[in-house]
Amino acid sequence: MKASAWILAAWMTAAGAVAAVVVTTGGARADEPHPAEASAAAAKSEPAPAVSTPAPAARDAAATPAAPADSCEVPSYLLTTEARLARVAEAIQTRRRLDILVVGSASSLLAGPDGASGSYPARLEAALRERLSGVTVNVAVVLQVKKTAEEVVPVLEKQAKDRKPTLVIWQTGTYDALKSVDPEDFRAAVESGLAALAAAGTDAVLMNLQYSPRMETMITVAPYLDNIRVGAEEHGVPLFDRFGMMRYWNESGRFDLFNTSHGLALAKQVHDCLGQTLAAFVVDAAHSAADAPDDEHRIQH
Amino acid sequence: MVVAVPVTNPAGAEAVPPHAQPRAPARARAARHAGERELRLDLFRGIALWLIYIDHLPPNILTWFTIRNYGFSDATEIFIFISGYTAAFVYGRAMRERGFVVATARILKRVWQIYVAHVFLFTIYLAEISYVATSFENPLYAEEMGILDFLKQPDVTIVQALLLKFRPVNMDVLPLYIVLMLFLPPILWLMQRSADLALGLSVLLYALTWQYDLTLTAYPNGVWYFNPFAWQMLFVFGAWCALGGAKRMSGVLASRTTLVLSIAYLLFAFCVTLTWYIPQLARFMPALLEQWMYPINKTDLDVLRFAHFLALAAITVRFLHRDWPGLKSPWLRPLVVCGQHSLEIFCLGVFLALADKSGARAKLADEDADMAGGEL
Repeated sequence: MKASAWILAAWMTAAGAVAAVVVTTGGARADEPHPAEASAAAAKSEPAPAVSTPAPAARDAAATPAAPADSCEVPSYLLTTEARLARVAEAIQTRRRLDILVVGSASSLLAGPDGASGSYPARLEAALRERLSGVTVNVAVVLQVKKTAEEVVPVLEKQAKDRKPTLVIWQTGTYDALKSVDPEDFRAAVESGLAALAAAGTDAVLMNLQYSPRMETMITVAPYLDNIRVGAEEHGVPLFDRFGMMRYWNESGRFDLFNTSHGLALAKQVHDCLGQTLAAFVVDAAHSAADAPDDEHRIQH
Repeated sequence: MVVAVPVTNPAGAEAVPPHAQPRAPARARAARHAGERELRLDLFRGIALWLIYIDHLPPNILTWFTIRNYGFSDATEIFIFISGYTAAFVYGRAMRERGFVVATARILKRVWQIYVAHVFLFTIYLAEISYVATSFENPLYAEEMGILDFLKQPDVTIVQALLLKFRPVNMDVLPLYIVLMLFLPPILWLMQRSADLALGLSVLLYALTWQYDLTLTAYPNGVWYFNPFAWQMLFVFGAWCALGGAKRMSGVLASRTTLVLSIAYLLFAFCVTLTWYIPQLARFMPALLEQWMYPINKTDLDVLRFAHFLALAAITVRFLHRDWPGLKSPWLRPLVVCGQHSLEIFCLGVFLALADKSGARAKLADEDADMAGGEL
């Protein structure tokens, strides 16, 4: 009995050591590019962050140093899509006018007086205008706060008919995950929404949930991510993997999404990166659409 | 650490080897006499508990050791089956020797312990999310914070939790276990009269569940993640095996056909699972097969999962004999001990997983490519 108790202790220690190694290697890798983050991490580990000495803004700056614009980079596998945006390609090339409609939930808009200008649809518009000189780019937003995908489908249908955008970017899944909607029902709603957009003659991009390390224990996101992916694949629609990108940025140390900051600075930087990446994603998907059928129809950007 | 299980508690002491239970000599003698003590069960329950714990953690290197990456079923099946087996073994004997009332009283006492453990875990969970709610107001996640809205009406939430209707992430197994144990007395009673009838009724209930979508509703919406109407089949099957079914099946288990079928099915499941992790392989999947197979429903214990568990069990029983000396080796002893104290280890695992995610730097999200959807 004694001996087995010792072995049990040895096992526990070994398992604990493995877990610790796993955690620290992950952490160290993330911290490497930003030594300043060590202090932020130390501040975080205090039970009451509100009383820690650095001001929130200062901590914010330490955790996410002002970085050059190209640091929004993500690995190419997150950007490649086999789906094509043929109508966007055509709009850019022949009509020189691109109308985009973002239909999303609350995570498509930041709070505050200048929230709208800092959130990703506005950043997308700015980035596209920069990329596509000579093309009129308009990005409109229709927010559907506290609506499940099923409830958004008629809105998608109506908006696509009334506004006739070239492209609808549908950000979905968050509220369904919060409400733990039956994943099967969710998938059916996504598919009917995409079918409605196809019937209305607009291109579509699906955007999935945000990555939020703090909320992992509270929200079950996996079934919704899976179903969005499957829905996108089945309808040949590009999937903008917001979740994967934000997770990548968090892991690479670009953004510290575990931060308890109450300020808008971090949120704005993340949205800026999302907008820029989304612009590149849309242009790429359109570009390859132009490539695919006929090499002569090249898009300049 | 959570609930001290007294030695007199049969489930805590179930299948404990004699030398580890000096204070229960009578039972130890009886067990030695019966010769049916199964260290294999304790070992695999211990392994299942560790796998469940690993599955609750954010993905890391250890995640690749869990069986759900290599087939349809996962540690939950092992845990529920063995729980059914050991519960029937221990309380079945109590029912034979001491009568229905005494055995029922013991079972209800055990149910109460599991219930208290669940409430205790819920309290810890509540503390954790309350901390998150007050300390974490990142505007980036304004929408996601909506999940904490239930904190605004604790009167409803706490009552719903006590009614087992509100079950946060990762806290689904204990409510299932509670419900299954609650119905153990009538199951055992019937099983001692006609084991096959009990198993038949259980399979019938499973079929009716699939036919008529029987579910238990959850709070604030949705259904129980593990549907007790479906999962009872695994539990009752475990009980059936414990009360003589395993012996009667030994011929089937030893046959070459069973072996070949099991290996073939495990290989098939492995290949299918590969396509979830390596999307490039997905195009080799015949569309018809996909249509017929997906989604593999974990909530209602998909037949594919059940069959996968059976195949695993058949191969394990064939190649790992009950008198394999390794079972008594000091190196496997920790796992066996974990299996013998399943409730404590399970609760500790849930607690550590919670603490890990909220306290440490949780770097990775739950990347569950499992088409069955979700985690344990």
